[in-house]
Amino acid sequence: MRRIPRSVFRWTAFAVVAALIVITVVLVTRPSSTGQQVRTQEKVLTLVDGPAGKRAPVAIDTTLYLPEKTPAPAVMIAHGFGGSKRSVDADAREFAAQGFVVLAWSARGFGRSGGTIELNSPDYEVEDAKQLVSWLAKRPEVRLDGPGDPRVGVTGGSYGGALALMLAGADKRVDALAPVITYNDLSQALLPNTGSTGAMPAGTPAAGPFGADGVFKRAWAGIFFASGMGGGGDAGSSGPEAPEPGTVSGSSDAAAGGDAAAPAPAPSTGGDTAGGDQGGDAPPAGATGGPCGRFGLDVCKAYAEVATTGVPSAETVALLKSVSPVSVTSKITQPTLLVQGEQDTLFGLDQADANARQIAAAGGSVKVIWYAGGHDGGRPGPQLREEMRNWLAYQLDKRGTDPGTGFEYAVQGALRAQGAPSVRVVRAPAYPGLTGAPVQRQAMAMSGAAQTVINPPGANPGSVSSLPGLSSVLAGAGGRLSGRTSIDLPGQSAIFSGPTLDEQLLIAGSATARLDVSAMPGLPPSKTGAVLFAKLYDVGPDGTRILPGSAVSPVRVPPLPVNGDSVKVTVALPGIVRPVESGHYLSLVVTTTDQSYATPLEPAAYRIALADDTIAVPVVPGTNVGGPAPVGPVIGIIVVLGIGVLLVLAVALRRRRSGRPDPELTDVPLVIDGLTKRYPGGLVAVDDLSFRVDRGQVLGLLGPNGAGKTTTLRMLMGLIHPTGGTIKVFGQEIRPGAPVLSRIGSFVEGAGFLPHLSGADNLRLYWAATGRPAERAHVHEALEIAGLGKAVNRKVRTYSQGMRQRLAIAQAMLGLPDLLVLDEPTNGLDPPQIHQMRSVLRAYAATGRTVLVSSHLLAEVEQTCDHVVVMHRGRLVAAGPVDEIVSGGGEATFRVDRPDVAADVLRGISGVTGVAVDGSAVHAELDGTPRSVAIGVLVSAGVAVEQAGPRRRLEDVFLQLVGEDS
Amino acid sequence: MTEADESVHTDPAAIAELTDAARASHLGAGASGAVEGYRARRTLRLHVELRRQLRRRRTQLLYGFLVLLPFLLAVAFEVGSSNPNRRSGGFVDLATASAPNFVVLTLFVSGTFLLPMIVALFFGDTIASEASWSSLKYLLAIPVPRHRLLAQKALASAVLSFAALVLLPLVAFLVGLVSYGAGEAVTPTGDAVDFPTALAAIGMSVVYISIQLIWVAGLAMFLSVLIDAPLGAVGGAVLVSILSQILEQITALGSLRQYLPTHFAFSWSDLIATDIDWTNLAKGTLSALIYGLVFGTLAFRRFTTKDITS
Repeated sequence: MRRIPRSVFRWTAFAVVAALIVITVVLVTRPSSTGQQVRTQEKVLTLVDGPAGKRAPVAIDTTLYLPEKTPAPAVMIAHGFGGSKRSVDADAREFAAQGFVVLAWSARGFGRSGGTIELNSPDYEVEDAKQLVSWLAKRPEVRLDGPGDPRVGVTGGSYGGALALMLAGADKRVDALAPVITYNDLSQALLPNTGSTGAMPAGTPAAGPFGADGVFKRAWAGIFFASGMGGGGDAGSSGPEAPEPGTVSGSSDAAAGGDAAAPAPAPSTGGDTAGGDQGGDAPPAGATGGPCGRFGLDVCKAYAEVATTGVPSAETVALLKSVSPVSVTSKITQPTLLVQGEQDTLFGLDQADANARQIAAAGGSVKVIWYAGGHDGGRPGPQLREEMRNWLAYQLDKRGTDPGTGFEYAVQGALRAQGAPSVRVVRAPAYPGLTGAPVQRQAMAMSGAAQTVINPPGANPGSVSSLPGLSSVLAGAGGRLSGRTSIDLPGQSAIFSGPTLDEQLLIAGSATARLDVSAMPGLPPSKTGAVLFAKLYDVGPDGTRILPGSAVSPVRVPPLPVNGDSVKVTVALPGIVRPVESGHYLSLVVTTTDQSYATPLEPAAYRIALADDTIAVPVVPGTNVGGPAPVGPVIGIIVVLGIGVLLVLAVALRRRRSGRPDPELTDVPLVIDGLTKRYPGGLVAVDDLSFRVDRGQVLGLLGPNGAGKTTTLRMLMGLIHPTGGTIKVFGQEIRPGAPVLSRIGSFVEGAGFLPHLSGADNLRLYWAATGRPAERAHVHEALEIAGLGKAVNRKVRTYSQGMRQRLAIAQAMLGLPDLLVLDEPTNGLDPPQIHQMRSVLRAYAATGRTVLVSSHLLAEVEQTCDHVVVMHRGRLVAAGPVDEIVSGGGEATFRVDRPDVAADVLRGISGVTGVAVDGSAVHAELDGTPRSVAIGVLVSAGVAVEQAGPRRRLEDVFLQLVGEDS
Repeated sequence: MTEADESVHTDPAAIAELTDAARASHLGAGASGAVEGYRARRTLRLHVELRRQLRRRRTQLLYGFLVLLPFLLAVAFEVGSSNPNRRSGGFVDLATASAPNFVVLTLFVSGTFLLPMIVALFFGDTIASEASWSSLKYLLAIPVPRHRLLAQKALASAVLSFAALVLLPLVAFLVGLVSYGAGEAVTPTGDAVDFPTALAAIGMSVVYISIQLIWVAGLAMFLSVLIDAPLGAVGGAVLVSILSQILEQITALGSLRQYLPTHFAFSWSDLIATDIDWTNLAKGTLSALIYGLVFGTLAFRRFTTKDITS
């Protein structure tokens, strides 16, 4: 009766555990995913833009993403150069899922929008964006600050980031902006000059002097221009993501793998994909064609000029400045989040630094984040994107906690054996030098004699620092690999080295060095000034050189005095974040060539020395944010361990319920009542079996093979579960593991020994496993009974069947159990051994113990046992003392030559009844008359008696039962 | 009948001895019905089970192989070494940089197959081999309660597995120390982890590997109670491990792969670094514990309710 509730309990417990585990897995592996339904509306708007007097309509392709709840604040997402509104689709959906109305649009000259690329010109792209803000103000889904003034934030990567800055400067209706990996001054980004003969700008960590007459960054400019022409590239929105703290390695290498397979050298970052998205999103007919592609004529001419001469005209510089955020940053007062990449040779940290300085000076509040990506290292990963969304959610909707105006920078750690490198984030209270104290600069000694470097004719061969486009592929494999690709050529490089560090130096920003450059007397110096490239290497103890961020600082030194007098120049070394480990040292290398830049072609030679024997290295102390600590998994671990403990407790509690003994049966070795074992499929092995064994008996369980004897004994040992009925041993009900089993010694269906141990060791270890006191085992006596002689010290695997059997019986006798259960103990023994076994069992029972023997042989039971239980097909056939059952009372059988005569004679004896003839045998109930008397009467009557004995009624029945089995 | 059998007989004196002993001692029974001296919590104690397992040839061979393996690797590097710069490249190239690097390599090369196999062997074999020797029923008839039998078997297997997981890096460390000296551990990026830190990292790595392999232990244990053939249980667990590693190679599965039990098998290499990122280590621990708990519970359920017929 108890079985049903118990199994229900089990299944319930199991289901609860399974459910808990599933919930844990789901909670841990899928953190906050709001999963909102996002609706989109695509629409081509006709806007009017252009300078005064030349205003013309332009078709702008837009998509509006609507969250579940409106009205809501709006976010405008501008795409990168070469992309379209489709390349920001994933970002837009993430924003919309967080409850923003999102507007994405293809800028002029990209995607399906009309017009030409004017590089974020205030008259064109910025004007378009302003009109989009006005359009948003008319949408009922957008929350308004006032009439015609929507609550709106602007974000975007690279080209789109610059638009965000330009728009915020031009339109006060913009409430917050989050530009990503973008520029401050395009003329400095494409024509940088990081050297200055004057003073460096003040206290920010990555400030560059932004000197005039920059060196043309031709490799990047070429890629930039080509992507505006609509040449090749992938249309996907997402390039590889930058590594983040705790990134699951699997997902990031999948992304990197996809990127490496892209056919074009596409610096695909933040939607700034090279090439348009031509796949199904073709520009309007007639918009392309000609050497300028979709570029506006001014832009195209300016590029052609720089690309051919390497030197920009004043108009070109003015044009580039006019379309750069630097032209409006003095008007940006809105809260600004500047996200810049540490792996970015296109728009370095100095560009974000300039933006931060200028916006802070204008009165805007600025938060700066440097992440472990960039144009060379991948777009922001999921954690950073979430941080950006939360920042905008706070600024636009006061949702969440105030993100403040702190400064965060990512530090890339060791490369892992697999997957992405590890990243930690350092958080400082503010971006140094904006409003508070200037950045700390640590003076690092540099030494090295003055060295002569040459600029080879044609600037060929050139040194290699970065591989624009390819760097992002290398970065995908683990950002720091790209830092290993740099090559400096001998004769073109002056090398200065610092001392070996004895503690880690975490460089965060742009170090400054002062150089002393002079022309070699006798060689005419270049009229355009000396072009030099300064690099800061991290050199390991084994000589491995890493160029952090693959970044170089191009310097154009004003034309050098012919007389060999030196010019002192201060160089802002590349803005980097780099932990320089103890045992490493810094190395400052100045080269004359770099393949990514347009350098003077005429040969020249310079003497380069250190003007100052230290370099000033910026350090920004902060707290180590690490990754997000793995809180989810840790909670999961605690939950799983908790479930485990609960399970163990539940099992322990259930074990405590022990059966109550039956007080009347405490002295009865075995009572079986209604025992049934039914197997699935209908086979009934034991059917309603009941019998009882008393103390001192040797009971034989007799039945043909398959009668259910072994099944009964297995149930008695608690090995298999009965379907019904009970087994009570000394009044205790048998369950698996019932303690009363310790009073039973058993040998059922074959021996079970560890083959690699000797017989004696097997018995000793078996007894040790019982945990009972060693002196109660009587191993010696048991081994004597087995009588294996010297063989007991051999491994059991060498034993014969008979030897194992004897050892198994000895094992059953260990501890001299009160009930000895032996299943077919004489199988495989030879006759003398069988004989001995019988004596052992009878002697054992004589000590007041009980023996239960199963056998399929009647003779065996007759000769060994005093009581017998006969089974057939699982049912009890007969039970009782052997004498009674075997001899069947006073009946006798006589085998005679003349049965009929003998029958008559027997009937004549007084008291003899039930005389029957069966072939040559005559059966009779003698009823007290001794058989010898009956034989005497028969013989005297002339009947020859061949044999006389008790009538074996059982045998008749048994033979019938056993049939051909015997 | 063999010659040995002919000498097998019971001396009549032995019967007398037995009956004398039996007459002299009659043990009472406690309230639970157990014979005097029997207590369930003393059955199959750990040291007994360890003695039963440690004397098996397969245990000894396995430990012997684990001792031999680092020597084989060291010899292989001696024979095949052609690169004079021993401080750059991957973990394999860095193996001869120092003793810690050699240990890292040893763990690295054995991580895919050998270590899961060791755990599968100890856990998968434990119940199934008793079943195949028919000795399981006699243990249960002692009686060792089933939950205790499984728990003690698991504990002994855990001890044996952990010993193996410690033995391998320990021998590798000694071999490395003699061959390459006590230098700092060099990671593939050239970051140097000083010697004491590297030792601690290796220690933690061994602990992590042991935890991470709990899933194999649980699975092997489950198969062990499900299948009575030891080879089936061990082989099955190893097979699942290999299958999981094959699926791991299919990058198209993307982040689904993090649900594979072997996904975090090498996360211990995060510990060999100057700044340790615990994320994957925590995830790997969680993954292993969940798999271990599920398989362990299944094994437990199955074993406590099944009919023992072998």
